[in-house]
Amino acid sequence: MKQQNILSQVKSLTFREILYNNEVRAFFFQVATFLLIFGLFYTIIGNLFDNIEARGIHTGFSFLKNRAGFDILPFLGNYLQDYTPESSNLTVFYVGLINTLVVAFIGIIITTFLGLFIGIARLSNNYLIAKLAGGYIELFRNVPVLLQIFFWYNIFINIFPHPKKSLSFFDVVFLNQRGLYLPKPILENGFLLVIIAFVVGIILTVFMKRYFNKKHDETGVHTRTLGYSTLLILGLPAVFFLLLGSPLHFDFAVLGKFNLNGGMQIVPEFIALTFALSVYTATYIAEAIRSGIEAVDKGQKEAAAAIGLTQTQSLKLIVMPQALRVAIPPTINQYLNLTKNSSLATAIGYPELMSSFGGTVLNQVGQAVEILGMAMLVYLVISLCISLLLNFVNKRMAIPER
Amino acid sequence: MAVNELQSTRKPPIFQIGAILWLRTNLFSSWVNGLLTLASLYLLYISIPPLLDWMVLSANFNFGTVNILGFEIKFSEVMADNQNCGREAACWPYIYEKLYMYIYGFYPREESWRPDTVYGLTALLFVIVRLVRNYKYKNRVILSLIVAYPIVSYILLAGGFGLLPVVETHRWGGLLLTLVIASVGIIVSFPIGVVLALGRRSDLRVIKLFSTLFIEFIRAVPLITILFMASFVLPLFLESGNNFDKLLRALIGIALFQAAYFAEVVRGGLQAIPKGQYEAADAIGLSYLQKNALIILPQALKISIPNIVGSSISLFKDTTLVLIIGLMDMLAMVNMTSQDPYWLGRETEGYVFVTMVMWVILYSMSRYSRKLEIRFNTENKN
Repeated sequence: MKQQNILSQVKSLTFREILYNNEVRAFFFQVATFLLIFGLFYTIIGNLFDNIEARGIHTGFSFLKNRAGFDILPFLGNYLQDYTPESSNLTVFYVGLINTLVVAFIGIIITTFLGLFIGIARLSNNYLIAKLAGGYIELFRNVPVLLQIFFWYNIFINIFPHPKKSLSFFDVVFLNQRGLYLPKPILENGFLLVIIAFVVGIILTVFMKRYFNKKHDETGVHTRTLGYSTLLILGLPAVFFLLLGSPLHFDFAVLGKFNLNGGMQIVPEFIALTFALSVYTATYIAEAIRSGIEAVDKGQKEAAAAIGLTQTQSLKLIVMPQALRVAIPPTINQYLNLTKNSSLATAIGYPELMSSFGGTVLNQVGQAVEILGMAMLVYLVISLCISLLLNFVNKRMAIPER
Repeated sequence: MAVNELQSTRKPPIFQIGAILWLRTNLFSSWVNGLLTLASLYLLYISIPPLLDWMVLSANFNFGTVNILGFEIKFSEVMADNQNCGREAACWPYIYEKLYMYIYGFYPREESWRPDTVYGLTALLFVIVRLVRNYKYKNRVILSLIVAYPIVSYILLAGGFGLLPVVETHRWGGLLLTLVIASVGIIVSFPIGVVLALGRRSDLRVIKLFSTLFIEFIRAVPLITILFMASFVLPLFLESGNNFDKLLRALIGIALFQAAYFAEVVRGGLQAIPKGQYEAADAIGLSYLQKNALIILPQALKISIPNIVGSSISLFKDTTLVLIIGLMDMLAMVNMTSQDPYWLGRETEGYVFVTMVMWVILYSMSRYSRKLEIRFNTENKN
């Protein structure tokens, strides 16, 4: 009986009612969008193959095995991959990747400290410090970062002397317009053990901290751990280092007749790029830190003072944990921006991914689709990792619901 | 017979008044603060005087005779050249000599009135928009202006249509190119961004999926990869033999890139609209388009205006990247003009000049954005 009723209703749907039915419309729109996008891709990919054939460009990834045949500015990626012009294009990719990661890593460390410092200085009750920090933010934030990279690079190669007249610091560190020369560490057999000892020291410290935190929660007895931590992290590797007969030597740069020989050269391109990126990104991190600290309720500080915490304790135990909850997500986003902006190195020729692989190799091989695809994939993976990190941090930082 | 005589008030101690009090509370409230103050004073001392010396005091201002708005101003007998300009401080005659390049690029000199007119029209547009704020048909006026402005500007700048001599886009450069890229990028990407934001919040799974994929992909990669794609791969996507304008390729790349960022900004605005607004619009029987155009978007866009300006500032900064694919924007002009054998080795002056111009534009934009933020942030005030 009921069945029949519904059926009769279905039959009585007019064309107009079908046209205005929400589900029918939703289905229609989705199919239409899908067909439109599919059609677009079908056309452009068809055109792509036609054009590639017409222009005689090779396809596929066999170019990666070919000889690269060009020099790359000597830097970390170059050393680690033993790059020579005889190496393959795939090696260029790895060299570029390593150089990108080095800039990102060092840049992130510098920009974090600089941003933290400027952000706190911005809220200082010292008038001059607060104004200087504000001026720093307004100055460096409102100049395009590419311009800053060019500017510092130009300054670096113009103000520092010719290699013949290198500035020398105790004959250990040299500075000239070709870059900064540091002693090159040469690791010998057994140094790996020292590194392992260092890692073990860190892990032990974490466990020790947990144990004492638990003890503090249960009994209220506070134990100072700074001394133990230093002993574990620095002392443990030091003991191994001495036991193994110091398996580490330094190759110092020596001032020759025309140039410096040996040592570890840090090229001006790297210094200018890292400096400009850190200085620029630090303005955003400083603003994030500032808004984080300002977001902490005034009552929190007053309450901390009321229960007798000192200024430092209040900052460390009450204000900062709450401020960081607000400040960390935008800061991590800025890390991603810094990593993406490192691709601007193309403009001054620092051999990172987009300049050596996406630039020189692309010009030689001409397989833009494959090369740019690989480069984009690298950035996608990096930003995916950073998003995962962000989600993890957000989950850790979320206020526990009761 | 007064028992108590009124004591005359004593002056507060000198440490409690005026400048000394201010110094004590703001600069020397503790010995740490005092040290910090001295350190920052030292920092200022080692940075400001040399900078001032380089830029102004020891700098060369021998422009010769300059004609400013009909007035002849004589700076020196003859204009300085690279040899007698000095290397220790700034040589501003170089900037004066190359000013045309910095502002118009290779735009033909006899046609330079055309970019000037466009600059004038842009200023006029802002004035008119402010003037008609209370006019009855203001929406109609503003809409027709917004449609007419790009067309008129394009005809003026590019020429053609039998009206004006054609100026190919590869002759555009300098500040002109920077402004063209930024404004076209913002105007074109904004509607795309709104559509993407709506798509990402849509109930229709397929539309939501494609919008999300597009936005997240674009936001994950650097602008350079997109510009390289637009420059090398985009021509391959089209019918063969269609090797179109370099500037247009860059504009397509920038517009798609910026659209993803605008989409996220607008999505933030959409998320802030209470659910009741959607339900009320549904209840009075508005269609999807009516609901969004009349109820949701006006509110959502209004809250996102500060962030839209913020995102536009980022775009303006990013326009400098086009020099990497060989367009001659203002920054590229520094490298270009310092190759002139007559003015070798004057990059620093060029970078400082471009920095000053960019900074003034970007700083005023960011002040404007902050002003808007304060104006629109009327609801949550305690």
